[in-house]
Amino acid sequence: MSVPKLSGRAFFVAFLFAALLVAGVASFYASSHPDGLEHVAEKTGFLDTAKDSPTAASPMADYATSGVEDERLSGGVAGVAGSLIVLLLAGGLFWVLRRREPGPDA
Amino acid sequence: MHVPDGFLDAPTSIATGVVAAGGVALALRGARRELDDRTAPMAGLVATFVFAGQMVNFPVGAGTSGHLLGGALAAVLVGPWTALLCVSTVLLVQALLMADGGITALGTNITLLGIVAVAVSWLVFRGIRMLLPDRLGVVAPAAAVAALVSVPVAAFVFSLLFAVGGNAPVAFDKVLTAMVSWHLVIGLGEALITGLVVGSVVAVRPDLVHGARSALRRRPLEIRQPAKTGEPA
Repeated sequence: MSVPKLSGRAFFVAFLFAALLVAGVASFYASSHPDGLEHVAEKTGFLDTAKDSPTAASPMADYATSGVEDERLSGGVAGVAGSLIVLLLAGGLFWVLRRREPGPDA
Repeated sequence: MHVPDGFLDAPTSIATGVVAAGGVALALRGARRELDDRTAPMAGLVATFVFAGQMVNFPVGAGTSGHLLGGALAAVLVGPWTALLCVSTVLLVQALLMADGGITALGTNITLLGIVAVAVSWLVFRGIRMLLPDRLGVVAPAAAVAALVSVPVAAFVFSLLFAVGGNAPVAFDKVLTAMVSWHLVIGLGEALITGLVVGSVVAVRPDLVHGARSALRRRPLEIRQPAKTGEPA
């Protein structure tokens, strides 16, 4: 391979940084239009059957941090916090599930 | 495509909840074969990236947007069982903390965005990989096509669920046509993001890409034997 390989640690750090950049910064520029399902529900007439989520009052509902006025910061904090919670939960689960010995093709 | 509470009636939501629980239980067993000391951290990061990617809605015209589902992306990078666990974790966090996707609809969302999207992605990906030469260069385009197909199929299955247990009397063909056509366009975005991300990882660390394993294994191995004394090597 002509492409220089990144070490495991460097690659993981870069990947995490990319994810946090997307969740914390790029998300601010996301389209605020209704998504495909919402749009179809509205056009075909079943949007009003949607109920508010029981977690609608949670401090990070709709990716906005309650108490943070600045819109960019509010969304960024919720995005980064949510990402880190997913990393903790999923990463922890996968670390517990993993095979302890290196596999035949590792 | 996060389904909120209320779109589907209780029996349908319970049924999809059972399907989702069964799928996750199977995935907890299957993922053990896919995860080791190197791929477990990778899989945690893939789940994180899927969560992040789902925050960025891209416009698809006519005042509508779509976002990455991530089923194909995760399946190709970390394997289908682990991918289902990635997507399920993301959906759980979104439902509990972000009020994105309903609580009674969590089973429906895991079924559609997890089981259906991942299974379709993996089947399409494996099909393309079998038809084309087993090369690293095929991995990202195959992932992109898998992503493209997975989104409208998930939309199709939603339409079926809505026909069975929708809480509003809307004609099946109306919902079906609108859902599949819009999600075909959203699937193009899904394909673009999936192809770019998988292509980037294949470029720098192909050994961490589950769907690239066979291409790496097929590289010719050099067999060296120790020269025996007295014999020409």
